[in-house]
This record gives sequence, C-alpha cells and structure tokens, in this order.
Amino acid sequence: MAKSNALMQLKADATALRLADLTLPPGATWAQEARQQALGRVTAMGLPHRRDEYWRYTDPASLTGAGAAEAAVLVADESPVFGDIDALQIVFVDGVFDAEASDDLTMTGLEIDRLATASTKDIHWAKDLYGVLEARGQAPVERTLAAFNTAFATDGVVIRATAKVAKPVRLLYLHADPTSDVVLHHVIRVEPGADLTVLEGGPAAARLSKVMEVDVADGGAFHHVRSQGRDHERRAHTHTFARLGAESTFKSFTLTVNGRLTRNECVIELTGNDAIAHVAGACVGDGKDFLHDDTVFITHDAERCESRQVFKKVLRNGATGVFQGKILVKAGAQKTDGYQISQSLLLDDDSQFLAKPELEIYADDVACSHGSTSGAIDETALFYLRSRGVPAKAATDLLTLAFLAEALEEIDDERLAEDLRDRLEAWMARRS
Amino acid sequence: MLEIKGLEVKLEEEDKQILKGVDLKVGAGEVHAIMGPNGSGKSTLSYVLSGRGGYEVTGGSATLDGIDLLDLEPEERAASGLFLAFQYPVEIPGVGNMTFLRTAVNAQRKARGEDEMSAADFLKLVRSKAKDLKIDADMLKRPVNVGFSGGEKKRNEILQMAMLEPKMCILDETDSGLDVDAMRLVSDGVNALRSPDRGFLVITHYQRLLDHIKPDVVHIMAAGRIIKTGGPELALEVENNGYAGILEEVA
Repeated sequence: MAKSNALMQLKADATALRLADLTLPPGATWAQEARQQALGRVTAMGLPHRRDEYWRYTDPASLTGAGAAEAAVLVADESPVFGDIDALQIVFVDGVFDAEASDDLTMTGLEIDRLATASTKDIHWAKDLYGVLEARGQAPVERTLAAFNTAFATDGVVIRATAKVAKPVRLLYLHADPTSDVVLHHVIRVEPGADLTVLEGGPAAARLSKVMEVDVADGGAFHHVRSQGRDHERRAHTHTFARLGAESTFKSFTLTVNGRLTRNECVIELTGNDAIAHVAGACVGDGKDFLHDDTVFITHDAERCESRQVFKKVLRNGATGVFQGKILVKAGAQKTDGYQISQSLLLDDDSQFLAKPELEIYADDVACSHGSTSGAIDETALFYLRSRGVPAKAATDLLTLAFLAEALEEIDDERLAEDLRDRLEAWMARRS
Repeated sequence: MLEIKGLEVKLEEEDKQILKGVDLKVGAGEVHAIMGPNGSGKSTLSYVLSGRGGYEVTGGSATLDGIDLLDLEPEERAASGLFLAFQYPVEIPGVGNMTFLRTAVNAQRKARGEDEMSAADFLKLVRSKAKDLKIDADMLKRPVNVGFSGGEKKRNEILQMAMLEPKMCILDETDSGLDVDAMRLVSDGVNALRSPDRGFLVITHYQRLLDHIKPDVVHIMAAGRIIKTGGPELALEVENNGYAGILEEVA
C-alpha cells in the first residue's frame, strides 16, 4: 500500500509538472468543456508510469515528458502508402493540415470538417462524441495519454458518414520537422446503415499522440487500414476507441515497420447485439531500439457479438514486441464469440516478445479462445526451400512473409493487402 | 555423374557414427536402388548429399560431375543439379505452391546465370507437367503441401522434380504412404523423367516400387555401409528372403 501511495504521489507530481506550462486551446463552449473534463481526468489519474500494471513492458517516459526527442526524417524514393487507391485525401504535415495537398472535403454521404473548425462552432454533431468514447474507455484500465490528447488536441478530422461512401478517406501524415510533437484527434460517426473506409499512412511526427473515436451506429460498417511509416526514430502512441451498435461492423488493421516506440491501444465496446469487431496488426522490427506494443481491450456487452484479434510480429536484432490483449465478456453477453491470437517470429536470440493475453468472462454461454506463441524460423521448412534452390536469405524472407500472411488476410480489400505486402517485401529486401 | 567415396558421417550433436564408409557411383542415365533394413543409414545418405544440417562429415567425398557437393550450401547443390524427393514433404503454410515452384525455378536459373522464366512460359510449363501427374489447379494454388494427402504430397515432389529438371534425382522412400494407384502415378512421373543424361538413386524398403521404376543396379545397405551390389534380381531376393540371408552372407 505504501508503495502504491508513493507511486501515486510520484505520478501526481510528474503530471503537475507536465501540465504546468500548458494551457487548454480555445474553442466553442462544448469543446472547452470537453477539454476541461479531459484535463480533470488527466489530473485525477496521472500520466502513466513504468510501474503501472499496463506499462510494465513499455516505458512511457518518452511519451509523457515535455517535448519530442529528435527523430530523423526518412527520405525515401517511394510512393505514399495506398497512393494507388482512389480516395479523398487529407494531408497533415507534422500535424498541421495542408489545404493545398488535401482534396476538397466534400463527398456524397460524408460530412467532413477539421477539428480546428468544428471545435469553434457552437453547434456541431461532434460535441456528442468528442472525448466521450475516450472517457468511457478509461475504466477499468486508465488511459491517461488519451485524456491528455482530448485536452490538448487542436486538429484532426471529424467525419460523419450517412450512407455507403463511394471511396475511402485517406489520411496522409507527413513528417518534415525532426522534433515535431503532434497531437491529433479524430472523431468518426458512422450512421445507421452507412459504410466508411478510412486509410491512414505515414509517420506524422517525431512524436505522435493520436486518438480516434469511432461510433458505429446500428447496421453501420467501418473499415480502417493504416501503415505507420518507417522513420526509424519516431515515437507514437495511438488510441482507437470504438463503440458498436447492433449488427454493426468494425474492422481495423495496422502495419508497423520501424519506429523506436509505438504503442497502439484499441478499446472496443460491443453494445448492440450481433456486432462484429476485428482488430489485426502486422509488425516488423529490427534492432534493440525497436519496441512495438499492441494493447487491446474488447468489451462484449451484448448478445451474439463476434470479436477477433490477430497480431503478428517479426522481430530481429534485439527488437521487442509487446501484446496485451483482453476480452471482457459482461454478464448477459450470451453467445459471445471471442478469438484472440498473438504470435511472434523471433529471428535471433536477442529479440523478445512479451505477451499478456487476458480473458474475463461473466456470461455462461460463450465461446472464447486465445493463443500466443513465440518461435524461430522453421528449420525444416527452410531446408526444404533451400533444397529446391532458394537461397537462405530469400527462403527466410519467404517464410517470414508467410508468417505475416495470416494477419494480412484480415484485410478485406485485396488491393490494400497487396500494397502492404509489397512494402513488407521491400523492407525485407533492404535487409541483408 | 554422382560419385561417393568412403563417405563417413556422424551426428553433429552426439557421438554416433551413421555412415561408415559408403562407396557408390551412379552414372548418367542409370537408375540405382538402395535397399536396407531400418537404421542402416539410407535416409542419412540422402540428407547428407542434399546438405541438411545436423550431420558432420568425418571422411570421404561426394561429387556430382566432379563438383564437390559437400562443400556447397543446399541451394548451391540444387542449382548444380541435385534433387531430393523427401520421404516426408514439408508443409509450408502461407506460401502458395505456385509461388514456391516459380521462386525455386527462377532461383536455380539465376544461380546458373540464366534468364528468369517469364510468367507465361512458367504457367504453360507447370500446367502441362501438373496435368501429367493429375495435379489440379486447386493443388497448385494451395499453400505448399498443406492439407495434401500422402499421395498428393508425393506427386507434388515429382512435379517439383519435373519443373527443376535436375541431373541427379534422389528419391527417399517415395513409395511410403502410397496406395497402388498413387504409386503407379508417381512411378510414371519418374519414368517420364528418365533420360540418358539423368541419374536416379531410389531409396526404398520394398521391391514393389522397383516393379514400376526398374533399376539397373541394386545396392544393399546395412550398418552404414553398402554391403552388396547386384542387378534387379537382388531386390527380388530381399523381397523373398528378407535381409537376414544377405547380412549373414557378408558377415
């Protein structure tokens, strides 16, 4: 007890220090209130500390401190991710909206605004969601960095889909300043029966804090595919909060290559019967400075819902992967179908994978399964390939891609999967 | 073509000698069979020739057309024209059979300084070879050997052999797990590849396979050595009397 009091004091002091020089951004009354409340949550919970239960594997110090550590901007001659997909493109450079590079923000079945604009309007639909899903997601596990984001975000996009939208919205996050410290907050509302795909690509900043709140109404569908850029020193912590209505669908896939520290949290609440939530990710990391953390929390609070988590990591040269995934089935959430798998391929003895799968079930008629594995390249398969003339490096790459394939298969749109597969191949080809 | 002289091999991890001086010469166009009781070292011989890890060569040599095989990586041995049809073909989830075949064919061509085969030529070739072995489009699309029956796996081995056109083919108990029809199909596939410039080394327990793939020479292996060499009649002798008689005879 004494220890936890000491930790709380430590956190309170660090939080007060961090907040001392910050002032909440201006905005309409509702926005100010939302930010004020979020600030209250930050103060009450305190910024995370290494000794917090959910930060045992990932030291949050470089995410909670003031200012971003310098991160070199990667210069590479390659096309932007998902660039071949016809989409409505919105570009942020170091978190600043780039009007010139962005498309006109109008499309049938969509209402899009910048948060910077929406938050100054006295009446806006986003007021019912901004910080709301984030606040709901603070229990039972505290996510103070997300509350911090709600308090201080000045830009992002607010998107309302009212129909089946003809093409995806593509958010492109460019990184130009080696010390950029960026806070972005998106709010997405998918109305009943509407269908929206959001693509995200790029490193965004030296340090990125990003929150995306997604409210999917009954019968709505939301698809999300992102690639987090491959700047080697960037840091990012992202939160996706989703609330799903009856018979709605939420599918999210993330590819992470490189980066020094990436923590992607995904908090999903299945609140309507027969909803479906799939979260998946593939990650490849090289070197002892690489740490990638997937932290997922899915709450089943309705009947006959299906949730699925599929995460695969390839780690080499001392890279670290973390997976903390939980399925919580509330009393009454009968006929729940929950599945979770997290696997790592360790290409050497120095790399490590830390996994904490959790199931907490209060209903008596459910099917939940989880599995976690860590392994090396299958030597027998490697020899088989080599005996057919495939050189060791190419054979290892082929088996590595095969390992990741199961995660990539979670992407419905084959064109998007193909784009990411090509990038993974290129990543491997660059390594000796 | 394949020339093995005094080959001695032990397990890498433990002090156990498996091959104790194997001498064998397979000429171009010839089919040799190796028979022998369990544990005689037949499969070890095939693995050592193809470069599988876990073995240590403590003496002797193995060359293919004068090239020292034991000095090469497994992929280099393959590119030099050596092929091993596995007793237990390996399942590789996530790698399509077609991708695997094409990668292998082109890797070998590249290693030999040849141009890659175009997608169209490759497709045409693989379809015609697959048809002969009754391998359908679905089997070509599926991940390598995943969910294949025993017979399908062995046919898939022969398909790889047909596509890669090796100089020297080693078949390690290709008949194991095959029913009569599958055995005929696989044997027909092998026989179709017989040619004056290609050698075969067929490892088997049973005479049955040799009814279909007729050998020129039969070797009996026991306790890490070739103890007797003869014509096809030697296989019949084994079939009728077992190994006991031969083992006594040479003891």
